[in-house]
Amino acid sequence: MKYVDEFRDGTLARNLARTIAAAVEAGRRYNLMEFCGGHTHAISRYGIADLLPEAVRLVHGPGCPVCVLPIGRIDGAIHIARKPGVILCTYGDVLRVPASKRTSLIKEKANGLDIRMVYSTLDALKLAQDNPSRMVVFFAIGFETTTPPTALAIKMAEAGGLANFLVYANHVLTPAAIQNILESPEVRELGTVPLDGFIGPSHVSTVIGTRPYEFFAEEYQKPVVIAGFEPLDVMQAILMLVRQLNTGRFVVENEFSRAVSRDGNTKAQALVAEVFELRRVFEWRGLGLVPYSALKIKETYGRFDAERHFDVPEVWVADSPACECGAILRGRRRPVDCKLFGTTCTPDEPMGSCMVSAEGACAAYWTYGRFRSMGGG
Amino acid sequence: MCLAIPAKVIELLPDDMARVDLDGVTKEVSLGLVEDVALGDYVIVHVGFALSKLDPEEAAITLALFAEIFESLREPVAVTP
Ligand code: SF4
Repeated sequence: MKYVDEFRDGTLARNLARTIAAAVEAGRRYNLMEFCGGHTHAISRYGIADLLPEAVRLVHGPGCPVCVLPIGRIDGAIHIARKPGVILCTYGDVLRVPASKRTSLIKEKANGLDIRMVYSTLDALKLAQDNPSRMVVFFAIGFETTTPPTALAIKMAEAGGLANFLVYANHVLTPAAIQNILESPEVRELGTVPLDGFIGPSHVSTVIGTRPYEFFAEEYQKPVVIAGFEPLDVMQAILMLVRQLNTGRFVVENEFSRAVSRDGNTKAQALVAEVFELRRVFEWRGLGLVPYSALKIKETYGRFDAERHFDVPEVWVADSPACECGAILRGRRRPVDCKLFGTTCTPDEPMGSCMVSAEGACAAYWTYGRFRSMGGG
Repeated sequence: MCLAIPAKVIELLPDDMARVDLDGVTKEVSLGLVEDVALGDYVIVHVGFALSKLDPEEAAITLALFAEIFESLREPVAVTP
């Protein structure tokens, strides 16, 4: 497969591993956070951690869209789905995320609510067209990658005069989450989460470009290397980070230049800016309330906004006390630190959001069984 | 949700849609978020939308970088300061 196989070559991977091992300086630690859940998945799937020298420690970040969705917002979706005449639709992973009172969208579906899985916002629009007597609500989640498709769907609904299509918007922003982590006491003062640099997200960066990271690199003096999803991409990015740290540099570099530019996808950005505006504050699972970290539908497109339409209650629900997802999403803990990991909590019966999607750290550890990092890397 | 592989555009369809080949599986995706995509281009597809075009030259440069590391390992003397 073009653009895939050549980026998975085992011989080159081992050579890259040797180059990294030769590049690390004696007695030095390199704590690198992969922000994106897609990278967490790739690292587990290809056993990248096993190829790295002891000095390089990968810290999993909060970039798994399903994992950071707080319980209150899922409860909000269930609240909407209970309204008469509503069809609630969303991406597959979301259905199994635990809500409060031990329920989830999939359990509510089994109990008779009309909740459906869609692959794309175009499917959601089609559902509305095919069911004119019903109100179709798209439960929109995700980072900058899924936001433009939602914005485009709203524009298309407007152009097509679709009166039975609403969006429950839960789109969140990557730079705000990175800043939240860098500002957290664990990183800033306590030093309990040492962080030396970031492996920047692949797809998010195709949309936002590399420019938004320049601020972090400069302000917090942490290098950022945008990396593709294939194992060689991730390893090359690690090598570039190690080299920057060795020479005391902290700039944004782009390993994924075949798909990411400095400015990103300006057409998609313009669409998002037309339909959405910043929320003053938004709750993230694990990170808590993060200022200006999410988007809501603008007044001009208010008639497509499910929150305005249904008066969805804004509730804050605490996570299950035994689930360590919050600490994992902040880089403080690892999945194997959780007592429920692999016993009470598995992908078939997830107790927390990190066990739901393939990009969640707990699910990635469970599926690929890479527990080398158990000893702290 | 973020997991994706590059897809090759094999047919341009009306309404900004395209048929793509994803490792032998064909799928219809929207080109509504990208510009200037031509037949035969590779695109990154996410939740049914092409998000960006793959630049073959940049891909070749990155691959060359991996190969260069490979070469430098085989001939350690060839390293320039
Ligand atoms: S193993 Fe399950 S309960 Fe434990 S942190 Fe992960 S998702 Fe939460």
